[in-house]
Amino acid sequence: MKAAEDNVDSGTPLLTVENLQVEFDTYGGTVQAVRGVSFSVDQGQTLAIVGESGCGKSVTVQSIMGLIPMPPGRITAGSARLRGHEILGRSTVGGKEIRGAEIGMIFQDPMTSLNPTMTIGDQIAEPLQIHRGYSARDAFTEAIRLLELSKIPEAEKRARQYPFEFSGGMLQRAMIAMALSCKPSILIADEPTTALDVTIQAQILDLMQELQKETGMAIILITHDLGVVARMADEVAVMYAGKVVEYGSADDVFYRSAHPYTVGLKEAMPTNDPARQHELKPIDGSPPDLFAPPAGCGYCPRCPHAMQICSDRQPQGHDLHGHHSASCWLHHAQSESRPETLFFKDAH
Amino acid sequence: MGDLIEARKLTRFFDMGGNQRVHAVDKVSLTIGETEIVGLVGESGSGKSTFGKTLLGLHDKTDGEVIFRGESLPQKYRPADFQKLATKMQMIFQDPYSSLNPRMTVGEIIGEGLRLHFSLSPSDVKDQVVDWLEKVGLQADHMSRYPHEFSGGQRQRIGIARALILEPEFVVCDEPISALDVSVQAQVINLLGELKETMGLTLLFIAHDLSMVRYVSDRMAVMYLGSLVELGKADEVYFNPKHPYTEVLIGSNPEPDPNLEKGRASTSIQGEIPSPVNVPSGCRFANRCPKVLDVCREKTPELIPVKDEDRLVACHLVS
Repeated sequence: MKAAEDNVDSGTPLLTVENLQVEFDTYGGTVQAVRGVSFSVDQGQTLAIVGESGCGKSVTVQSIMGLIPMPPGRITAGSARLRGHEILGRSTVGGKEIRGAEIGMIFQDPMTSLNPTMTIGDQIAEPLQIHRGYSARDAFTEAIRLLELSKIPEAEKRARQYPFEFSGGMLQRAMIAMALSCKPSILIADEPTTALDVTIQAQILDLMQELQKETGMAIILITHDLGVVARMADEVAVMYAGKVVEYGSADDVFYRSAHPYTVGLKEAMPTNDPARQHELKPIDGSPPDLFAPPAGCGYCPRCPHAMQICSDRQPQGHDLHGHHSASCWLHHAQSESRPETLFFKDAH
Repeated sequence: MGDLIEARKLTRFFDMGGNQRVHAVDKVSLTIGETEIVGLVGESGSGKSTFGKTLLGLHDKTDGEVIFRGESLPQKYRPADFQKLATKMQMIFQDPYSSLNPRMTVGEIIGEGLRLHFSLSPSDVKDQVVDWLEKVGLQADHMSRYPHEFSGGQRQRIGIARALILEPEFVVCDEPISALDVSVQAQVINLLGELKETMGLTLLFIAHDLSMVRYVSDRMAVMYLGSLVELGKADEVYFNPKHPYTEVLIGSNPEPDPNLEKGRASTSIQGEIPSPVNVPSGCRFANRCPKVLDVCREKTPELIPVKDEDRLVACHLVS
C-alpha cells in the first residue's frame, strides 16, 4: 500500500517546508527564532541543515515534529507538507500519527532524552504498542530485533538494562532503534553525534547510512560540523539568524559556495587538504539579536562584502543553477560587486 | 630550544574502593620544549585532561615525576607550592560556563591572581585588568559585569585573560574551543596564537578536534586508555600515522570535503574504549586493533623511536 501511495505522489517531494516562521514569547520580548525557512527532502535522500547555535535549526525541525510548546511558541506562518498533506499543527496524517510513526527523531544527548526508570527494551517497545497495536510481548521481541539491527551486541541482555548501563554510543544506537521502530518515512537527527568521539561518530554515521539504504527513509540531519555534512548530505541548507541563506546539493554548497557566510564558515576552520592550506579567518562579531531582527540581511554586520542595500532590505533567494540558491544581494542583477571567493551564476 | 617541562613516567590512579583502581594516566613520559605547542588527542576517557591536571599539580601524582626548568616538582602540592607555581603555570578550561565564578565580576576574576601573588595597589591591578581585557578583544567597561552577561566565546576570552595575566611560561589548554561555534573557535585560536607569539608561551593543547590540533600544534601526542601511543610532528602524525589507533582515529575524522568523504572507505572500528579500571596486560588497544598479533595480548609495547624518523610509537608492529 505504501508503494502505491508513493506512486500517486511521485513528482512531489516527500516533505516540503515553505516559508516557516516561528516565534517565542519570553520575558524579554518576542524572539523570532525562525524567519521564513523553506526546503524539501525526497525519499532516500539526506538533507543537512547546518548553522551555528541559535540559528533556528533545531526549532525548525521541532516545529515540523509538533514539539514546540505553544505557548510560549507560535508558528506564525508557513506550511509543512508530507506527501502533499499539511502536517503543521496536526498530530495525524491519513490516519497515521506523525510523531513517531511517520517521522522519527533522535537527539543530541541520548542520556537525557531517554527515560532513566525504564529498561531500554521497554522504551523501544512503547511506540510499537502505541502506534502499531503490538502486544507487550511481541513489542519486546521486536525491540530486541531492532537493537540487533542497530548492531548492539547481546541485544537480548541489553534490552533488559537501563540507560545508565549503556555508553553514549550505545545509547545513540538504542535511540536510533527506537526512532525506526515504526518504520518512519523520515528520520530527523538533531546533532546525533555531537556528544560522541570521532570513532563512535563514524560508527553511528555508518549505521544511519546503512539503515537508510535498507529502508529508503529520508534523513534530515542537523549539525554544525561541516565534516559530518560532507560525509552524509545529498542536499545542504545553510542557516543563519533564522533563515536559510544558501541551499543546494552538497557539491554546490562546498565547491560553489555562493553566500559569504558559507565561505566564512569554511575559512574559519582548518583543512587537511595539503592543496588548500590557509590561515584561519574568524568571522568577527556575533549573530544579530532576534528579539529585534535587522531590517536587512542578518549577516550584514559581519559580512566583508556588505553594501548599503544589505542593511536596508532583506535579500531574496537568487537561483544560481539547478536548485542551488543563495539569499544575498551580491547575486542581484544590479550588484556590481563580484567577490572572487564567491560563486556566481554567470561564472560557469 | 631547551626543554621547559618534562613528565617522567607520570602516573595517576584513582581509587574506587575495594581493589578497583582507575588507571587514568599510566607511566606517561613527555617532554615539551620552550615555546613549543604540543597537541594531545584521544577519545574521551583516554586520560588527556587528567594528564594535563596532574602535570600542573591539580591532581597529586600517584607515581612518576614532573621536571620544570630542571627542577623536580613535589609529589603533592602544598599551598605554598601552588603560590609559587601559579605564576609559572596556568590552565585554560574547557567549559567557559562552569569555570568562572558567577558571583564575581569579570574584573575580580581576571585580577584575582594579581592580588594573590603580587603586592600591587588596587589601581595597578585595575590598570592591568583593563589592559588584558583589551588584549583579548573585550572592553574596559566589561570589568564590572558578571560572567552570565557574556557569550561563550567572550567567556573563553575572560578565561584566557585570567590565566595569562600572571604571564605564565606554561599553559595547559584543556579543550579550550570545543564548547564554541566554528566562527568563534577561529577567533579564540587566533587570539591564543598571537599571545603565544608575543609572550613566548609554551602550550599543551588538549582537544579532540584532530584537524584543529594538527593546525595549531608543532607536535602531536596520541593517548589511548591512559598511555601515550604515538608522538611526532603534527603534520607527520596526521598524514602518516604509524600506530593502528592513530590511523583509526584520523580515519574517523570527517573532512569538510564531499569528494574526499564519498571516496573514502569506512575505517571505523568496532567497539568502544574499554574501562580504565584494572586494565589487562599487553597492549591496551589489542582487543580493538584491526592488526592485532599474539604478542600484543601478552607484552605491553614501549613507546620507542621509529628507525630513521622523528617519531615515537608504542606498537609491536612498528618496532
